[in-house]
Amino acid sequence: MAEAMLGPEPSRRNFLNWFLSTTAGAFLLSVIYPVSRYLVPPKVEESTSRTVTLSVKPADVKPNSGQIFRFGSQPAILVRTPAGELRAFSAVCTHLACIVQYRQDLSHVWCACHNGHFDLNGQNIAGPPPRPLERFTVNVRGDQVVVSKGA
Amino acid sequence: MFMNEGQPWTKLWLWLDERIGLTDIVKLVKKKEVPVHRHTIWYYLGGMTLFLFMIQVTTGILLLLYYRPSAEEAFESIQFLMTSVEFGWLIRSIHSWAANLMVFTLFLHFFSVLLLKAYRAPREVSWLSGMGLLALTLTFGFTGYLLPWNELAYFATRVGTEIPGVVPLVGPFLRRLLRGGDDVTGATLTRFYGIHVAILPALTTLFLGLHLFLVQKHGMSVPPDVERSGGAKKMMPFFPNFLLRDVVGWLTALAVLAALAAYFPAELGRKADPFQPAPAGIKPEWYFMFMFQTLKMLPSYILGIEGEVIGVVGFGVAGLFFFLVPFLDREEGQRWSRVLTRVGIAAIAFMIVLTAIGYLVSPTK
Repeated sequence: MAEAMLGPEPSRRNFLNWFLSTTAGAFLLSVIYPVSRYLVPPKVEESTSRTVTLSVKPADVKPNSGQIFRFGSQPAILVRTPAGELRAFSAVCTHLACIVQYRQDLSHVWCACHNGHFDLNGQNIAGPPPRPLERFTVNVRGDQVVVSKGA
Repeated sequence: MFMNEGQPWTKLWLWLDERIGLTDIVKLVKKKEVPVHRHTIWYYLGGMTLFLFMIQVTTGILLLLYYRPSAEEAFESIQFLMTSVEFGWLIRSIHSWAANLMVFTLFLHFFSVLLLKAYRAPREVSWLSGMGLLALTLTFGFTGYLLPWNELAYFATRVGTEIPGVVPLVGPFLRRLLRGGDDVTGATLTRFYGIHVAILPALTTLFLGLHLFLVQKHGMSVPPDVERSGGAKKMMPFFPNFLLRDVVGWLTALAVLAALAAYFPAELGRKADPFQPAPAGIKPEWYFMFMFQTLKMLPSYILGIEGEVIGVVGFGVAGLFFFLVPFLDREEGQRWSRVLTRVGIAAIAFMIVLTAIGYLVSPTK
């Protein structure tokens, strides 16, 4: 009775409970933290190159055709329009990241996964893609095709 | 007992009984009964799924002996398995077909339990553990699909791991965690392999143990309409009557599996190439087809939000809804309970229609 009137007093049992539960908590944290850090893959150095020289010759890309090339670690697509102009875009579909292709029968870029269509400026014109494809700059230097990102 | 004293078998039985309590187990098995009524047929689906799972465990272990989990060797190791290893084609084809059949019987089990309202108190935890097993099974299917490292698998995984990436806020982190990097690479293959052969089996063992324990504890649920008409008139002993009927189903399943594996062996296709466009006609496993088709048909923007975000979040919400069904449907026979039944039927219809469209519409249209 007297105890109740004095309010809760830190008993030995309370202290032990507190002590054991913080110990258990600290132990769990010391296991969970390294494991969760371990599960997250480390950042790998991205290729920072903003320019790539392709292995194809400009003459090998026929009008109304396209082909995939490597831009750093990402796939990109080189297109020669029916009018003969060379253009390059990221080949990663803006919908769910499939790799797009050039459809000769439609004369534009198409993604087979969810039927997304992009015109020859990379604009999303039909299907689910929400954004245009990133466009790269194409320069023909003699026998070489040089593709670069940004201005 | 039915055995003669003094026989060697009887002696062994008595010796074991004293040490591990065989009589208690016999008592438990004899006590178990299954209600007989017009919906009894649905009671077989859980056991059928379990049987197919055991086939997956067995064939999976056998496949491990030849499979090599790296981007450089995975495709080649399966090529070797399919062409040079004796009966390699059979083991892999059975693994692939049993996976499909298991997902199919699991879906039937899920919908029959949903529509017969077997999740009602006190079976909420049975339902939750079953939903956990459904999620684990679909993850088994998704991770296993990548392991041959072929073109179809590569793009299915690219899209599949992009989907959680669409989730607001945590998306990009989840995608990296799943892929083991920013792209689908050999790191993803190794990660999926670990998930497929170690993490999922361990979790499944836990969930399955709980699920089966609860089925024993609560017995079979009697559907509400049978209960209203006075309950099941007859009971069937589980052992041997029900179990023998189970075995008939299992043997049939095994025969179907052998026929499917022999006439339609699992294909391998072309090796994955991260620098090739997705092939026309690409599609996921049939049980993801309804989601795939939905994502294909959603417009790019709905009310200013990207279509795929709406789709992915929508499926997430629908999954959560079904997960919580036992807590939403608490008043038997009420209007709300009937609405939930209709929602279940609508979900089945949605899945069937979208799957059919997915297979019937030309891939280039």
